[in-house]
Amino acid sequence: MSSLYTGVFKRDLTLAFRQKAELLQPLMFLVLVVSLFPIGVGPAPEILQMIGPGVIWVAAILSSLLGMERLFRDDFNDGSLEQLMLSGLNLNLVVAVKITVHWLVSAVPLLLLSPLLSMFLHMTVDMYIALLMTLLLGTPLISMIGAIAVGLTVGVSRGGVLLALLLIPIFIPLLIFATSAVDSAALQLPYFSQLAIIAAMLLLAVAFSPFAIAYSLKVSQN
Amino acid sequence: MWKWLHPYAKTENAYALCNTLLPWFWAGTCVFLSVGVVWGLVFAPQDYQQFESVRIIYIHVPSAILSMGAYVAMAVAALVGIVWQWRTAFMTMIAIAPVGAVVTFVALFTGAAWGKPMWGTWWIWDARLTSELILLFLYIGVIALYGVFDDKQQAGKAAGVMALVGVVNVPIIHYSVVWWNTLHQGASISKVDKPDVADPMLWPLLICLAGFAFFIAAVSTVRLKSEIVRREMHRPWVQKLVSNDGVSSDAI
Amino acid sequence: MQFDSFSEFLHMGGYAFYVWLAYGVTFVALVGIVTQSVLEHRNLLKSIVKEQARQERIKKSKTKSKQTLIDVSE
Repeated sequence: MSSLYTGVFKRDLTLAFRQKAELLQPLMFLVLVVSLFPIGVGPAPEILQMIGPGVIWVAAILSSLLGMERLFRDDFNDGSLEQLMLSGLNLNLVVAVKITVHWLVSAVPLLLLSPLLSMFLHMTVDMYIALLMTLLLGTPLISMIGAIAVGLTVGVSRGGVLLALLLIPIFIPLLIFATSAVDSAALQLPYFSQLAIIAAMLLLAVAFSPFAIAYSLKVSQN
Repeated sequence: MWKWLHPYAKTENAYALCNTLLPWFWAGTCVFLSVGVVWGLVFAPQDYQQFESVRIIYIHVPSAILSMGAYVAMAVAALVGIVWQWRTAFMTMIAIAPVGAVVTFVALFTGAAWGKPMWGTWWIWDARLTSELILLFLYIGVIALYGVFDDKQQAGKAAGVMALVGVVNVPIIHYSVVWWNTLHQGASISKVDKPDVADPMLWPLLICLAGFAFFIAAVSTVRLKSEIVRREMHRPWVQKLVSNDGVSSDAI
Repeated sequence: MQFDSFSEFLHMGGYAFYVWLAYGVTFVALVGIVTQSVLEHRNLLKSIVKEQARQERIKKSKTKSKQTLIDVSE
């Protein structure tokens, strides 16, 4: 049975790497948005350092929204999602596998890019470590909560803007705690509590989101 | 225990219940809102710090409290709909949403109009105003998601999931915003504290709160009736209702 | 009673603009959603009445045309 889930895993991974353009575009968007800020607000290092955490996090949320649709769209359109739902596999687990693949192909490259971004915005090493920790805990949360909204809007044509409308308000607490952790790191203060809160939200999402996503996919299949 | 509720899963019974309750809701709205507003505007004392501008409190605080309350009511309806598969529950949910959005807008606007004389600026990223703004976005999200589906049964389920995701987030958003706000306390704007509500101000405030609650209930009921009729247009009981009752008597 | 005269009440101790703006916009918003909801319900019922009348007419004209056919055949 478990070989079936690894089959889904391998298939999704292969498919993702075949569509390299779709993987790269959100990352290019992220780099472009971040590099717009020094041009827009001026190159003074202290200002860039001050707004840096917020800029990187906002850009990360926006770019992940761009790539989010891929999560179920192709499978929905070619009918393989329906096959998976009828196959007798546990839909919650299938969904969990799909989210893991999505996180691997969209968030891990973002993590790899993060040193470059923090260099652009003159962040210190302490700030960068804090940023990396918040991204490590925060990006799975984005993938999981985002998947609920993607599941709901997958059958809708032109769901892209709607997805942003639904998701951005929900990501606000994440943004607040993540940027505050990096700000604390900049002041040499402990930021463990912020990380703990993000981790708590992540655990909450791990516990409940597979059911919500499975339900929303069923709603979309009608 | 909940058995008495079950007949109302049928649209016909729910419609009849709406008709019974509606006059009471309207009566409550008129009585409580007029008494509360007149008491608040004319008889309640002024605040020693904020003078007459404090009279905005009688609409700002009730609308702020009930905008959250309406969201929770909407999410409860969504939960009932998803768990027990009640179509009327989804209809209730989408009937409440626009009313809640309007009340949220009222809370935002009165907050801004109060902020101008008190803080010297229309908008300040105060904890309450910020979380009201996010709440408005959440309402708009639910309404927009409901609007994109042609099949309204599917739309109700989808918007219901989003309402539930939102209601889990409302407390998290609220406390994170309060915490963020105390972290970034602006130094340039001297913030006048919201007054401690004293007894002579509390009574009109509570009456206004009840008035707003009745108002939300009344308008949601009217919208629920529309929603039921729209979805059940071709059922015999609706056809009969329309031909017997005529149009004018049923509207309010 | 907190005010000595009506004009003083309107003046609101110098905060007239903000107080009346807040109350006015609230009033407009609440009345707006009520009117919209009631009108929507009324229009919905009207459209159903219209649809019923249309169905009735269609039925009638069908039976009528049937009768004329019979008349002609006779």
